[in-house]
Amino acid sequence: MLDDFLLRAALAAVGTAVAAGLLGCFVVWRRMAYFGDATAHAAVLGVALALLFGTSITLGVGIVALCMAVLIHSLSGQAVAVDTILGVLAHGALALGLVAVTLVPGQRIDLDAYLFGDVLSVTRADLAVIWGGGVLLVGVLWWQWSAMLTATLNPDLAHAAGINPRRQQLILTVLVAAVVAVAIKVVGALLITALLIIPAASARSFASTPERMAFFAMAIGALSALGGLRLAVHFDTQVGPSIICVAVLIFAVSRVGKHLPRLPI
Amino acid sequence: MRLIDARHIDFGHGGQKVLQNVSMSLDQGEIVTIVGPNGSGKSTLLRLLIGALTPQKGSVTRAPGLRIGYVPQKLHIDPTLPITVARFLNLPKPVPAKAATEALRTAGVAGLDHQQMSQLSGGQFQRVLLARAILANPHVLMLDEATQGLDQPGSAAFYRQIAAVRQDLGCAVLMVSHELHVVMSASDRVICLNGHICCEGTPEVVTAAPAYRELFGTGTGGALALYRHEHDHDHSHHHHHHHPEAAE
Repeated sequence: MLDDFLLRAALAAVGTAVAAGLLGCFVVWRRMAYFGDATAHAAVLGVALALLFGTSITLGVGIVALCMAVLIHSLSGQAVAVDTILGVLAHGALALGLVAVTLVPGQRIDLDAYLFGDVLSVTRADLAVIWGGGVLLVGVLWWQWSAMLTATLNPDLAHAAGINPRRQQLILTVLVAAVVAVAIKVVGALLITALLIIPAASARSFASTPERMAFFAMAIGALSALGGLRLAVHFDTQVGPSIICVAVLIFAVSRVGKHLPRLPI
Repeated sequence: MRLIDARHIDFGHGGQKVLQNVSMSLDQGEIVTIVGPNGSGKSTLLRLLIGALTPQKGSVTRAPGLRIGYVPQKLHIDPTLPITVARFLNLPKPVPAKAATEALRTAGVAGLDHQQMSQLSGGQFQRVLLARAILANPHVLMLDEATQGLDQPGSAAFYRQIAAVRQDLGCAVLMVSHELHVVMSASDRVICLNGHICCEGTPEVVTAAPAYRELFGTGTGGALALYRHEHDHDHSHHHHHHHPEAAE
């Protein structure tokens, strides 16, 4: 049944988008967009290292993204201008990755696949990683939901309730790294942050509670994934960017829709 | 029973000492008020006591299983985070709907359950924070200048609410304030803080203490002068040192 490459692509895209939509709510609430970007850009360095050492791409990307995420996490505890350091780290890792990829001996590498994704070539093993990772992510967030929300609202409220907000932040950090590792195959390093943020931002317009926003974000992520794939097949465009285009369209509609009832018609 | 015990705490940011050799404790059922000028380390002390900060020297001991109802000075909820009052009251632990309704009534804001937190007025917001603190069935209620942004009648009403809540729960109350004339009389003990503990004792003892008079002037006149003085400035806690006001 999974022989059809389109079906595999659809499953991969939906799995990634649903996980990213859920995690993306926290990225939006905590204003971690730039953090997501830095982690995603480091993924290109991960690709280069994986090719150099002959390990799996997902593993290489996961490890480098995790290192980057933990590095940023430890820096964010100090009183330095974090956005500047994030900028240096993000683009430093991206540039280093781009240079390193061309230095990998023996093979010409199609960089496009890592920058913009190549979901049409996902294998059954990729699917297992995507859905396994997605289920794990949903499970962790489900288990930590209340503590995570409290820490997101206010770190001191969390402390007073016996929750360590730094620990919650570290969990999110690791999850973002995991999503980057999984999503690079689907939308590529450059557009992973979009997959995190846009469905969550669209969901905000319809939601009255955090849980509803998370649910809508997952649904909008899935819709964007399927719509983008359909679009890509129809117009023969790249799948990753097409998915993001659909997500942006949904975002635009959600913003307009939000303001419609207030129009004096 | 001793709830919190802080001994010889030092704390500073980047070489600047905020607190030096501060020792204090809180017993069951006590009402303790910490007073002091802006930048005197009041909020820092409170955050050390709840464990949000770790002292650089000295120790903070909390009774095992201590439940703290914390009402922060200001809580900013990011506009991207939709949350109703009812949902907020259920964080981090779910509470029965009846208990939540009851807590809102106790805090003086009955019927707000389905409002968005972002749509509340300043006074309503602080009362919802109080309701949430009550729901933890706390051993100690901690209020960090919880009446900031309320006008005088509003904050007086808020403190009456707290006195009523304390009667109900029998918990200890630790509050930080600069509105001396409102809070002093209800307190069992007042701690006057200015980087170190200047003086402490019953409200009568503290108002009579020379160190207190040096900081705040004398009597209610001094307290009101301080109140006005602080409203001339922004409320963010820069740790610059306010020079003690001369006694009037």
